[in-house]
Amino acid sequence: MLFYLFAALATISGAYMVLTRNLLYAAFALLLTLLSVAGIFVLLFADFLAVIQLMVYVGGVLVLILFGIMLSSRVKDKSVLSENVNTGWGIAVAGLLLLGLSYTILQTNYVSLPWIEAADTDLLGAQKSTVQAIGIKLMTDVVLPFELASLLLLIALMGSAYIATDKPTKL
Amino acid sequence: MEQIPLEHILLLSAVLFSLGILAVITKRHAVVVLMGIELIFNAANLNLVAFSRYDPELMQGQLFSLFVIVVAAAESAVALAIVLRVYQHFKTANLNQVIGEE
Repeated sequence: MLFYLFAALATISGAYMVLTRNLLYAAFALLLTLLSVAGIFVLLFADFLAVIQLMVYVGGVLVLILFGIMLSSRVKDKSVLSENVNTGWGIAVAGLLLLGLSYTILQTNYVSLPWIEAADTDLLGAQKSTVQAIGIKLMTDVVLPFELASLLLLIALMGSAYIATDKPTKL
Repeated sequence: MEQIPLEHILLLSAVLFSLGILAVITKRHAVVVLMGIELIFNAANLNLVAFSRYDPELMQGQLFSLFVIVVAAAESAVALAIVLRVYQHFKTANLNQVIGEE
């Protein structure tokens, strides 16, 4: 099934991102993970979100991360490699976290939850795309967070442009 | 098309979350720590979208993860700008070597 293919791809490339010491390899492994998550979004009936994931993460954030790597390390020498620290603690914490989460997930009987049982599993009915529904929601129910998000993006744009300039003016 | 079991999606999300935590803890290059944080965001989004399946009219999970993506984009832009400034000032992006002199 397609979901398990994407899930395996996401897990393997995520693990490779953690295991590799080369920053550029890690960035491209993250690219593969993000692409797999976008595919899983499509399988979960979130087509609009999958496109946004492709545009914002793969097209924007990952290019930004690659720029960050190129600008913050000299690719020719060793600085493109990052050493691991706290390996024991990291594996212990992440492993215990994974164990606890998996135990909880497997113990919980989701199917018998009332709101999941009552849910209409015939997803979206005749409508096959979520774009229209999300557009209407964005302009009615969540219009305040939508406007706040635009404000946040403007502030982040100005702030990062100011921070990254070569000679910051004296305040 | 049969339904994907909810548990499998949640397990995948837990695995991605743990990998992100592992990257944040064990890596010392600032950009890789950021990449770990992006992985954690993706795991959270996966959870939200998985539960949003059972809420076809409201789709609150999908809307919430839309805003998570927006905030993550803003966050990574600012964080990478800060990393660049730190690199220009300290000549390294290794978090353990970023120590205030003087």
